[in-house]
Amino acid sequence: MRAQGIWLRSCSVLGLVFLYLPIAVLMVFSLNASRLSAAWQGFSWQWYEILWRDDALRTAVGNSLLVAAVSTVIVMLLGVPAAMGLERVRSRWRGWLEPIVLLPLVIPEVMMGVALLMLFAVLQMPLSLVTVIAGHAAFNLPVVIVVVRARLQKLDPRLLDAAYDLGATPWQGFWRITLPLLVPALLGAMLLAFTISLDDFIVTFFVAGPGATTLPLRVYSMIKSGVSPEINALSAVLVAISMGLVGLSLLIQRR
Amino acid sequence: MMSESPAHNTDGEARAAAYWLLAPGLCWTALFCVLPMAVILLVSFATRGTYGGIVWDFSLENYGDLLHLLYGRIFGQSLLLAALTTILCLVMGFPLAYYIARLPPRRQAVWLVLVMVPFWTNFLVRTYAWIFILRTEGLLNTVLVKLGLISAPIEILYTNAAVVLGLVYGYLPFMVLPLYAAIERVDRSLIEAAWDLYADRWPVFWRVLVPLTKPGIVAGCLLVFIPSLGAFVTPDLLGGARSMMVGNLIQHEYLIARDWPLGSALSIVVLTLVTGAMSWYFRAHSAADRARRAS
Repeated sequence: MRAQGIWLRSCSVLGLVFLYLPIAVLMVFSLNASRLSAAWQGFSWQWYEILWRDDALRTAVGNSLLVAAVSTVIVMLLGVPAAMGLERVRSRWRGWLEPIVLLPLVIPEVMMGVALLMLFAVLQMPLSLVTVIAGHAAFNLPVVIVVVRARLQKLDPRLLDAAYDLGATPWQGFWRITLPLLVPALLGAMLLAFTISLDDFIVTFFVAGPGATTLPLRVYSMIKSGVSPEINALSAVLVAISMGLVGLSLLIQRR
Repeated sequence: MMSESPAHNTDGEARAAAYWLLAPGLCWTALFCVLPMAVILLVSFATRGTYGGIVWDFSLENYGDLLHLLYGRIFGQSLLLAALTTILCLVMGFPLAYYIARLPPRRQAVWLVLVMVPFWTNFLVRTYAWIFILRTEGLLNTVLVKLGLISAPIEILYTNAAVVLGLVYGYLPFMVLPLYAAIERVDRSLIEAAWDLYADRWPVFWRVLVPLTKPGIVAGCLLVFIPSLGAFVTPDLLGGARSMMVGNLIQHEYLIARDWPLGSALSIVVLTLVTGAMSWYFRAHSAADRARRAS
């Protein structure tokens, strides 16, 4: 038994090392002074300074934030009512509607990208940030619905019944009872949709027009043009941001 | 006496409200997901114009073309690499998931977060990390040469091995989480009884743990296999010219060869595979659920 415990423990620690070592290596070498970054040549912040002055990168960050913000607002406005609706429809219909609503979750991203590209080609819609936003809202909608629905199913229906018995209208019931109880799920869903949109590369790659470069598209073209300490520095910044977002979502869930 | 309150609205009225709530979201998904799928289904039966684009006539030519040796090879390779990725994730993920599931609850939460955090890091960045480590002048080769373990750098990047490594790295959390959920649900006393009966590691594992956690194993395998099969970024960045996968082939047909009908036929085939696997899983899952509830 004892030997097994040690074996399991070392396997698991090795698993974590496997998950973290590559990221840690990037972060360390983003501070390397050498341009030929395989050997350590001393400490330097210079690559971060170069990043800070990169105008193309700034535009890309701006585009990414815009796309993430607008698509998140769209999926929240569509997804929250949809989750409430889905909970209330007759179960016979739910069996049909549920797979349609959740469809974007199971479609591989490349297919989602090319299918949207074909749609915009057939509709003769020029590719731009607008098409990117539409695509992001499409794959994030089921994410919001799943998160909000999970919370709705846990709410005590007697609270709403009590409000109605005291004379509340459905609208008041929503604003005063359901919505306040949903707040943690809403914040979680928002954060999730925002992060997924910010990180998306594949769908964006297919439906972004010229001049609609987002941050992941910019990172991709940087990687394609070869390894450089600037990408290491950018990676380190992105890792730090995602860890911050994870921390934030954990804090929200704890409440 | 019943009081007059909205809760006692006729059922029909409440139901109608439900459909109104659902309608906008449903329309969005219909427009930007169902309709695009219908479009590629239609396009897959059309033919390519002389200068790219689509000629709307009906033919099965594209599906016939897919039987071509080259496409068959890429398809076979994708299935193989995705299967290998799934097996490696299972082998690495099971001990990790088992270990986490047996920790005290507080430490379980910490370990689960630790497993999830890399998953929330940008996929491109995580793939790039492997380029940095594996390339000829990269960290691994530099270290190995300095240690005198190898005399000249070895080629790892731009091979199938690098692709599988990248995929395992990317999708390991997808395996660990469902496995953890399944193992955590297993009654500890069953495992202890098994230890008393068999007193050996392997029978306990194969005859008790595996059957009891089968739903989690199947879910984890699907969650890893499906995105691996449709992978695009990993083979694109870590693979060489010979490690093309279906995702890259589709991208190539759409954006470089500009043969939209052929690309669409390819997408339809992959989609059929994926949705087939998913619906099989859900049917098996709900059947098992019903059986459990009935007993």
